[in-house]
Amino acid sequence: MAESQDKASLAFAQTVLREDIPETLLPEHKAEVREHKIVEIDSHALNFGPQHPSAHGVLRLVLEMEGEVVARAVPHIGLLHRGTEKLIEYKTYQKALPYFDRLDYVSPMCQEQAFALATEKLLGIDIPERAKWLRVLFAEITRILNHILNLTSMGLDCGAVTPALWGYEEREKLVEFYEAASGARFHANYFRPGGVARDVPAGLEDKIGAWAREFPAWIDDLEGLLTENRIWKQRTVGIGVFTAEQALAWGFSGPCLRASGVPWDLRRNQPYDNYHKVEFNVPVTRQGDCYDRYLVRVAEMRESLKIIDQCLNQIRPGPVKIQDPKFSPPPRADMKRSMEALIHHFKLFSEGYHVPPGATYTAVESPKGEFGVYLVADGSNRPYRCKIRPTGFSHLQAIDELSRRGMLADMVAIIGSLDLVFGEVDR
Amino acid sequence: MADLPLNPRQDRLDGQLSALAFAFSSSLAYVSYAAVEKGELVVRTTRDHLVPFLTLLRDDPRYRFEQLMDLCGVDYPQRPERFDVVYNLLSVTYNRRVRVIVTTDEQAPVPSVHQLWPCATWWERECYDLFGVLFSGQADLRRILTDNGFEGHPLRKDFPLSGFEQVRYDIERKQVVKEPVSLTQDFRDFDFVSPWEGMLTLPGDEKAHEVRQGMKRSS
Repeated sequence: MAESQDKASLAFAQTVLREDIPETLLPEHKAEVREHKIVEIDSHALNFGPQHPSAHGVLRLVLEMEGEVVARAVPHIGLLHRGTEKLIEYKTYQKALPYFDRLDYVSPMCQEQAFALATEKLLGIDIPERAKWLRVLFAEITRILNHILNLTSMGLDCGAVTPALWGYEEREKLVEFYEAASGARFHANYFRPGGVARDVPAGLEDKIGAWAREFPAWIDDLEGLLTENRIWKQRTVGIGVFTAEQALAWGFSGPCLRASGVPWDLRRNQPYDNYHKVEFNVPVTRQGDCYDRYLVRVAEMRESLKIIDQCLNQIRPGPVKIQDPKFSPPPRADMKRSMEALIHHFKLFSEGYHVPPGATYTAVESPKGEFGVYLVADGSNRPYRCKIRPTGFSHLQAIDELSRRGMLADMVAIIGSLDLVFGEVDR
Repeated sequence: MADLPLNPRQDRLDGQLSALAFAFSSSLAYVSYAAVEKGELVVRTTRDHLVPFLTLLRDDPRYRFEQLMDLCGVDYPQRPERFDVVYNLLSVTYNRRVRVIVTTDEQAPVPSVHQLWPCATWWERECYDLFGVLFSGQADLRRILTDNGFEGHPLRKDFPLSGFEQVRYDIERKQVVKEPVSLTQDFRDFDFVSPWEGMLTLPGDEKAHEVRQGMKRSS
């Protein structure tokens, strides 16, 4: 009896630091103490997120720690699941398109491109030349838009505040181009099956050209802040190393795959739109660590500028959407005079077009990697099934392998280098 | 440069893929269908032979599909085996893709491929979560995208778009509560079939239509 009492009081002493409590506040009856339940909480499991600023959204990461070392990382996703794929099954092809902006909201247009290409493939239509150039142009603007946010916020996570401040200024210029072309800063709804929504306003091409001439100086500034920065290198070099075999087995794509030494770029290997008419390099590095993923993205921004330059040189005036009223709306002026045009407009925006039965898996090189759409059509005006293959899903899954035996502080660098956006991972 | 054909690699690729399709359908007994559809290689096989077939695709030096890019389900409720499970593979070495399809129903499990590609775990969890397809040999078959305590499989065709439960924060009880879904307005699901294409019989015209179709002899 006495022994158990001792045990209980000992347990009480462990749960509350006795010295900190004044004599007057100590429990009067020892009997109460005996009723205290001893609950062992494993203090080595750590919840990272879902509200952590470095989790880049709503990632809940349960980390099993051994001191400062991560023994196991278990990501929990689905906190931003909105049922996009289900919703798309209930919308016409045109109304399904804006959902793609809302997946990876950092690079909206590249995802529209995947859906537009998949629909065009099933419809068997080819879009005008100018529309292809506009798509390539804006896809590359999107790539820079995405990489600016990713690189600077990764810097922010590792303690470099300045790049983020500078980066937002540049992003502002880019979303202004978005706004000029589509009317919206982020949720553009610009690339449509059959071309693009409308032609860019006069003078925008010159503005983009002027910006593209200035932008390399900004990349130089960014590199000046980070590339040879001692703290930056300490935080990223040799952290989160993935070999080429691992990256392939885990379904990596995009900059994460290229950083591991696999020269694979869908724009080069499986060109779509007009990517086979532009010349650019595919940057590849060998180490596969966070620093390499950073370097690949910086180099990709420079390549994107080359592509933008070639686009602006080769783009010619012309129609920007397919000249078939069954797939693209007639000009506003026609609708004022022509009954036919008015009917087409009404039918297109109420019923939409019927896509012949078939299935396609169409992938584009989005800034984050391979973004694919597996589209099954059943001959009606709505997709039978639209599977969205997000890029971040397989990257995030590998985080346990990437961070194994790493330090807690390295998790932040790894998450930043994977470029995760949860609108896309959770769908 | 501006005179390049539309897609320079497509012709060459089509030939390669047709050759592969022929090789699969002629030499592998368990491949029930192999063809090039819209420039994409589609192969259908059975559940029992899925793992040997995918192992062959991954490891054989002639195929080398190193990457599992995507795994997803498709629901056809009118079929006896209602689900398609679709594997999209990519060969980085040979720069081509293949789509492998197996069918299953609610009970029969599909063998898991996470031994071949570690990334398959989450795709299989997703497929289980959204369709209720079971995967044998998958130790970690939990829900992944839907909420804790969610019931049903939302991407099945018989699952309603608005679901069964709605969630809100109750200020008085100071907690999140789940309730049966109540919408002030139903989801407006229009029948978009054109009256001059889909509707052969106009309302009030049924009798005349039957006569016209020869179903009923006019008396």
